[in-house]
Amino acid sequence: MDWPLTQMLTVKNLEVCYGAISALGDVSFSIAAGRIVTLIGANGAGKTTALRTISGLLRAKSGHINFNGEDLTRLPPHQIVARGICHVPEGRMIFSNLSVDENLAMGAYLQRDKARIAQNRDYVFSIFPRLKERLTQAAGTLSGGEQQMLAIGRALMGDPKLLMLDEPSLGIAPKLISTIFEKIVEINRNHGLTILLVEQNARLALEISHEAYVLETGRVVLHGPSPELRTNPELKAAYLGG
Amino acid sequence: MTEFLQQLLNGLSLGAIYALIALGYTMVYGVLRFINFAHSDVFMVGAFIGYYLGHHVPESTVWGGLLVLTAAMIGCALLGMLIERLVYRPLRSAPTLNVLITAIGVSLLLEYTGQLVFGAAPRTFPPIFPSANFHLGPLTISSNQLLVISVTLILLFALRFIVMRTKIGTAMRAVSLNPRAASLVGINNDFVISFTFALGSAMAAAGGILYALNYPSIDPLMGVMPGLKAFVAAILGGIGNIPGAALGGLLLGTVETFVGGSEWSTYKDAIAFAILIVILLFRPAGLLGKFTVEKV
Ligand SMILES: Nc1ncnc2c1ncn2[C@@H]1O[C@H](COP(=O)(O)OP(=O)(O)OP(=O)(O)O)[C@@H](O)[C@H]1O
Ligand SMILES: [Mg+2]
Repeated sequence: MDWPLTQMLTVKNLEVCYGAISALGDVSFSIAAGRIVTLIGANGAGKTTALRTISGLLRAKSGHINFNGEDLTRLPPHQIVARGICHVPEGRMIFSNLSVDENLAMGAYLQRDKARIAQNRDYVFSIFPRLKERLTQAAGTLSGGEQQMLAIGRALMGDPKLLMLDEPSLGIAPKLISTIFEKIVEINRNHGLTILLVEQNARLALEISHEAYVLETGRVVLHGPSPELRTNPELKAAYLGG
Repeated sequence: MTEFLQQLLNGLSLGAIYALIALGYTMVYGVLRFINFAHSDVFMVGAFIGYYLGHHVPESTVWGGLLVLTAAMIGCALLGMLIERLVYRPLRSAPTLNVLITAIGVSLLLEYTGQLVFGAAPRTFPPIFPSANFHLGPLTISSNQLLVISVTLILLFALRFIVMRTKIGTAMRAVSLNPRAASLVGINNDFVISFTFALGSAMAAAGGILYALNYPSIDPLMGVMPGLKAFVAAILGGIGNIPGAALGGLLLGTVETFVGGSEWSTYKDAIAFAILIVILLFRPAGLLGKFTVEKV
């Protein structure tokens, strides 16, 4: 396969274990700047594990993670955030006792430039106006969909070069799912932000992404441009409900 | 009535000291979910720093006293950070039980190193602050009591400001709620934990100096009982809850003083702990505590 675009993130031969259980065995994939790339796969395929390893929450047993020419494999999470990778984790993990405002402020924890913070805040409010109306509310009292907006907003406050989203559709009303996915596309298009999207809802993920990797029990079994994979018969049978 | 008010005043000033120590237990529990048993010995070290420095400043002056207080707070902040860095950080992923046992070990280490360095014999704490008694109608208020209450109030408000209004304070709350999510927004959890130890230890040092001024005999084991009471106060208020620790301390000090002034004074500690048990039976999470679902 040839790569016409420069790769922003390259994951090579990644192997990750939880104790004795192997979760990822020899996974490789890469993401070109400005693209939406999706990892799809069934429960337990290792999608979350892959994201957690990239953001430094998990240590790889072997393999390499390269981001804009720099090796991230041994860095702690806060230094990976400083390099420009922001991770919206599975289950959102917003700071429930903190206000919406404080959650956003924490998203900008490493930002020193006040003007830049204000600019990012305005940008977040322009995508999710709902957050602006709820600034002083404790984040834990937001609805599931609003919490997801906050989790994405918080990550955007970190001024990422690469945004990683782990199942943004999880536990959210169908109507809101389409809104959130529209926003993801909008962030990518208007902002040029590179996005790594993990989704169980393969149909939706393939619709909005440029490229996809299919994971099965810790291995990449299929890879290609999303429009192509949408019509792939194997994938249709396994993930798209025939 | 006068008797009651007088005892209330005495109780609150004792309770204020418990509150200062309890804050350290509760803040460290908040970010690391374990009880730092060495905390009561940091309190002791604070009193000893005050003892040695107290002989180098003019006696009974406000500025001399404040200088000693500040120096002891800084000294203990550094000690707290050192203990965290050397002992607790390497155990970050160890089971809680291991960390607890280690904390007891650090506590014993500090106590017996204290006996080696300072000697086991009690020493008289120098009167670093001016001392006087004020009469408010029939009430007698000592300047030491005023000092305890005002220093505690100032420190409580300063702490509240730090925790609720500053970036590092918000980060402390974030780490306490979800350390993983905190690291994903770029917070260096180790730095925040170190800061928390510094803050808690500085409060304990202030408590140590104030305690030594009121009960002016200090020795390397002086932290044991106040430390235990403060630990109970922190549980009583709801462990991990900062206003709870302050409330628990004040409550425990007051109860202890009232029982101590009654015919059951011999049993004052037993009664104070019995009250704790009763309160916890009805409010298992403490007065201001909430049960939170532990997320994996
Ligand atoms: N903390 C853990 N301890 C042990 N095993 C784990 C742990 N977390 C995940 N695993 C295992 O690792 C494998 C991959 O899990 P992972 O969470 O990455 O899957 P996933 O693709 O994100 O699944 P889902 O779609 O259900 O979120 C699974 O077999 C899972 O049981
Ligand atoms: Mg997952």
